[in-house]
Amino acid sequence: MEYHTPGSFDDAVAIASNADGVTRFLAGGTDVLVQLRADMVTPDVLIDIKHIAGVKDIALEDGGWRIGAAVAGAEMTEHPELGKDWPGVVEAMDLIGSTQIQGRATLVGNLCNGSPAADSVPALMAAGAEVSVVGASGTRRVPVQEIPAGPGKTNLKKGEVISAVHLPARGDNAGDAYLRFIPRTEMDIAVVGCGVSLRLDGAKITEARVSLGAVAPTVLLVEDAAKAIIGTTLDAAALDALAAAASAACNPIDDKRGTIAFRTHVAGVLAQRAAKIAYERAGGAK
Amino acid sequence: MSMIHVTTTVNGDEVEFLCDPRETLLDVLRDRLSLTGAKEGCGTGDCGACSVTVDDRLVCSCLMLGAEAEGKSIGTIEGMADGEDLHPLQEKFIEYAALQCGVCTPGVLVATEALLKKNPDPTETEVRYWLAGNLCRCTGYDKIIRAVLDTAADLRKAS
Repeated sequence: MEYHTPGSFDDAVAIASNADGVTRFLAGGTDVLVQLRADMVTPDVLIDIKHIAGVKDIALEDGGWRIGAAVAGAEMTEHPELGKDWPGVVEAMDLIGSTQIQGRATLVGNLCNGSPAADSVPALMAAGAEVSVVGASGTRRVPVQEIPAGPGKTNLKKGEVISAVHLPARGDNAGDAYLRFIPRTEMDIAVVGCGVSLRLDGAKITEARVSLGAVAPTVLLVEDAAKAIIGTTLDAAALDALAAAASAACNPIDDKRGTIAFRTHVAGVLAQRAAKIAYERAGGAK
Repeated sequence: MSMIHVTTTVNGDEVEFLCDPRETLLDVLRDRLSLTGAKEGCGTGDCGACSVTVDDRLVCSCLMLGAEAEGKSIGTIEGMADGEDLHPLQEKFIEYAALQCGVCTPGVLVATEALLKKNPDPTETEVRYWLAGNLCRCTGYDKIIRAVLDTAADLRKAS
């Protein structure tokens, strides 16, 4: 295995583009090294991006936030301002793994690992986050929902790497939340996850995004669920419509952590609960 | 296989080593630096027996490559006592019998020291969540939690 420590994303892309065999980018390593040690994925070329300037930075950008590809979950949780704008995103990231994992695990790693149950991804999709994808022909901005392609798969091409996550400006009267169901209180993989972000005008919801994890081959952005609450005050009828739309979007698997019926039902319940929290955070009384 | 030359700091001492790129920091600590306090329990970041600090951040040394230690400051259980004088947490773990087989203990102590540096007055819930990634199959955790809370109280009185 070759181990590279490029000083720029252009150099990282050049190494990856010219590499033979299996290539992996290394940031926190909490998935890459587990797969390496379990002989699931043995990279021929490992490209450690942590020597690139800016990868550990959380910075204000156009009223929103730029989070570098190697920023660890603990650094997001400890940041004094990020969690005020995007509490749902920060809480979702914080749910992943133990204190030790939080010291290394990253948002971009969680996204690129391609798990349908990734906790931070529904929160990012609900937030309307984008990522910077660096490739041989330059850098492009891509919405988070265009990255996952299936379990363990992304739409990134050979040689492409994500350099940062961009969270939009939060703006006024807005809030987000992420909830997951696990059968214990810590250290588990989501059976269902749900992210909601919304904006209010008075008591009425004017914008909303709803995202579901662990109920389909990829994390889903569920437009019908958002439509069910836009224009409402999140009253009982809106909450019923939200739950129905969320459950209708599910295409889950049966496995040891949950049945199809259970996941489908819980998706609706979590969507309601996350929407209530986001609504309160946006300044609406519930 | 070409070896990688790494210069790092372990428990305050500058250390150089050569390692294979696939070797974890845990492999390097145990097999090249003879620091066998950190243990390999699961090797997949679940059990916390390999806990160390890297630039004061608690991590699993089994989920970090030795090559990534370049220029970092590593803290292991071997750096916890001051010569023959045990750290207050170590004293208290003995007093409370907060260990049985002892395999998890180095990781628990390193993790707990990191907690008390960050939060000198944790609640029981905070201690339990902080240590959720340190598995102990002997004690049932209760003695560990009580030892940590009592140490924290002592340290607050002393400061």
